[in-house]
Amino acid sequence: MFRRLPEATGAPIPFTFDGREMVGRRGDTVAAALLAAGISVCRTMAVSGAPRGPYCMMGVCFDCLVTIDGAANRQGCLVLLVEGMRIKTQAGAPQAQAEEGAT
Amino acid sequence: MKTIAAIEAFADRYDLAIVGAGPAGLAAASLAVAHGVDVVVLDENASPGGQIYRAVTSTPMTRREILGEDYWRGVELVQEFSGSASSYAPSTTVWNVARGLDGDSLGRDFEIGVSLRGKARLLRAKEVILATGAQERPFPIPGWTLPGVMTAGAAQIALKSSGLVPDGHLVLAGTGPLLYLVAAQLIEAGASIRALLDTTPRANWMSALTATPGFLASPYLAKGLALLRMVHRRLDVVGGITALRAEGQKRLNRVAFERAGRRTELDCDLLLLHQGIVPSINLSNAIGCAHDWDDVQLAFRPQVDAWFASTVQGVAIAGDSAGIAGGESAAARGRIAALGAAFRLERIGAGQRDRDAAPLRAELALLARGRRFLDVFHRPAKAFRVPSDDATLVCRCEEVSAKTIRETVMLGACGPNQMKAFTRCGMGPCQGRLCGLTVTEMITDARAVSPAEVGYYRLRPPVKPVTLAEIAALPQTADAEKAVAR
Amino acid sequence: MSGAGAATADVIIIGGGIHGCSSALHCRLRGLDVVLIEKDHVGRHASGVNAGGVRQLARDIAEIPLSVHSMDIWHRIEELVDDDCGFTNEGQVLVAETQAELALLKKRMRDLRAKGFTHEELIDAAELHRLVPAVAESCPGGVVSRRDGAAIPFRATQAFRRKAEALGAVIRDGERVMEIRREGTSWAVFTDRAKYVAPKVINAAGAWADRIAAMLGEPVPLEVIAPMLMITGRMPAFIKPVVILRGRKLSFKQFDNGTVLIGGGHRGVPLRDENITVLDWAKLAVSARTVADVFPIMRTAHILRAWAGIEARMPDEIPVFGASGTSEGVYHQFGFSAHGFQLGPGAGSVMSELVATGHTNMPIHALRIERFRENAVARSSEDME
Repeated sequence: MFRRLPEATGAPIPFTFDGREMVGRRGDTVAAALLAAGISVCRTMAVSGAPRGPYCMMGVCFDCLVTIDGAANRQGCLVLLVEGMRIKTQAGAPQAQAEEGAT
Repeated sequence: MKTIAAIEAFADRYDLAIVGAGPAGLAAASLAVAHGVDVVVLDENASPGGQIYRAVTSTPMTRREILGEDYWRGVELVQEFSGSASSYAPSTTVWNVARGLDGDSLGRDFEIGVSLRGKARLLRAKEVILATGAQERPFPIPGWTLPGVMTAGAAQIALKSSGLVPDGHLVLAGTGPLLYLVAAQLIEAGASIRALLDTTPRANWMSALTATPGFLASPYLAKGLALLRMVHRRLDVVGGITALRAEGQKRLNRVAFERAGRRTELDCDLLLLHQGIVPSINLSNAIGCAHDWDDVQLAFRPQVDAWFASTVQGVAIAGDSAGIAGGESAAARGRIAALGAAFRLERIGAGQRDRDAAPLRAELALLARGRRFLDVFHRPAKAFRVPSDDATLVCRCEEVSAKTIRETVMLGACGPNQMKAFTRCGMGPCQGRLCGLTVTEMITDARAVSPAEVGYYRLRPPVKPVTLAEIAALPQTADAEKAVAR
Repeated sequence: MSGAGAATADVIIIGGGIHGCSSALHCRLRGLDVVLIEKDHVGRHASGVNAGGVRQLARDIAEIPLSVHSMDIWHRIEELVDDDCGFTNEGQVLVAETQAELALLKKRMRDLRAKGFTHEELIDAAELHRLVPAVAESCPGGVVSRRDGAAIPFRATQAFRRKAEALGAVIRDGERVMEIRREGTSWAVFTDRAKYVAPKVINAAGAWADRIAAMLGEPVPLEVIAPMLMITGRMPAFIKPVVILRGRKLSFKQFDNGTVLIGGGHRGVPLRDENITVLDWAKLAVSARTVADVFPIMRTAHILRAWAGIEARMPDEIPVFGASGTSEGVYHQFGFSAHGFQLGPGAGSVMSELVATGHTNMPIHALRIERFRENAVARSSEDME
């Protein structure tokens, strides 16, 4: 869906999404890194189960909600990508408790 | 500039808290600090610039022509701010602004709830300037919630901050100067755009020209025409679009549109929607500032005086959050608001305040010429503001359809707050940001009254969600301890 | 202004909360002509924004009969108002956090049984954790009231209004009562827009009811309060009944959609002349800590909204209900002290009986308005001794 321009040469930042290893760039938000990695769906809705992906990229729409290192409901477009982040699809209503030992 | 990277690094109180580090917030901070005001700038983004100058000092984009000279103008504002003595808290969410309590009665200072890296805190400030900017107007069409449908602004943010350009079949749709600017930037960056579907109503040409002959003298004219020419030359612009539909099962794969009664479909991987920007009013609404309906810009904007002071004493609102006027105006408005605050804080006298404001007001007047043309010309069509298709989701968070909204009006929900209680629209995490205007206009349409009469959601803090653990960890006051014992 | 042009009715109700609307509906059911006057809009304050608890549990003995009567109506609410009001009957549970608290509950249970009330039932730790699996394991027991539950306040209040109107009640939103005057054997109520005349007046003005009482020369010690509430985003379903604590201030309820409402009585600051409330986040933090202690699962929940309604609290925390002590034909129905929502349907029913017949068999003596004057007299004579 998106490709990175050749001049975007920031340092690579490895992370995982639903267990798959991916690489973003310094300066990416979580949502931007996912888009660059070809991920267009990052959550499903609590009401209908419908898939959603980043829509506004500026913290307004909450459609890029993901679970980051065990913490649910994070706005992917506002969180800067950090090396080693474990990002997961947020399915429906978020699970209440931190999974796999939140840091 | 002193960067605050941890919640513990905040002072307990400041003279002036500025919410937002876009042009209005940055300009206000730099000027207020110069008059000896103790300022903190609170901003949700990781770097200064707001949306218009997003990532202007950290962008990977090196070819200046892609984003255009207007963008790079932001460097100067950021540099001035960086050299100032202001405190700056990036990646910080402001979730509440309200008059603080002294014991059981209302105090004079404001209490500001902030979160930074998963920790919350309550700060105090004597004065507040909201420079929360604008957001893109909701664009409720069938399928607008499908993955693969984004806003034009979102694509621009991805370009500015990460150097990302859309790949595959790309379609842009809507109206407004930003749509054409993004189209031009994406073309320069090498994206291939299948089509730009222009929803600007044909009649807008006439009403805009007759309403605003002043446009011929406006600074927007030359810029706007050059942009239009470039976009028209480089891509397929289809005007007169009367209906749009994003289609696909799990994600977008097609956009359908109607023009002169004929339906056409285009295969499409990414659809970028845009129909103008509207003031971000969630915070000013929650604080209790009075707002007016602007019938030209089709949005609510806060009532402000000549110093951009709102109806709540101590709260000023500058930049596009006080009504859309653009990035350059935003900086001038921020400076005027800062002069007002510095005066109320007794750092400058009325004479100096008025003298310093005079050239800024002249600049604003100049920038305002032709603005009305843009507003009238790009006024989005009703078909794209009041969805007629029953299945269109109006509230994205709670997945409330246009049909439900219409039926609930018939049941007697005469305003947005009643609508909330009956349908849960506006009660999800976005707090109505993407359905509020649509709901107001749908009720307006069904009841044949004015939007001013229908009003907007009464918003409650926190204006952005905050975790229970963060609230629980807020530092204790003696009064609260007493409350437990009681 | 003369009597000419004034609207006449059998009863004028001041206040469009659930109490005023319920009385309006029940008075119509008895064939009385009703005008209801509301200064803002129906359900704007406490009735529209409270926690929605429908409970007999843990009430003052003086109001239990009224509460039990009201509960019967809640269980057939749809028959009455053509709307289920979102009423659900999952019970309410009072949790003891310590053995000492449990001992107090046991004592109360003996008192209730002695007076013939059977709606509360003592439960041990096993039954408590069966009903509320998410509660902290250390809690030794509690009390359950199984017929209790919750409803949606704004919707319920609107339903009473709609049904009252459908039956012919006249509801005037956005009119403020300025003056009340005796005219012959009737009362003339002057608003900022019109004049209304009726032999009977019901004061159901909630947090503003002391001003109405003062107009009638009957001052009451009413405190205006702003109980705060918070609601979370959707959570996985983990709790059915409404839970309240014996010791700390907390009420807790999860809706079918997964959102969780947290209340319990921590107060913000009401500014009743401006129709607004100011939240006290330091006290909301206390609520949040209590929730985190009792329901560890909630620590990562997101708070989406917090607010406070404007309510009336009486010094003894029970309502003022019944005939005026000074003004013939005037009845009071206010001061429900942040637990009046459940009482609305029943109180309206009994009030209509009072207005229509002049008496009721419902024991309401302890709720009479004169108790404040009597107390004051009693206190001052004690001082003299």
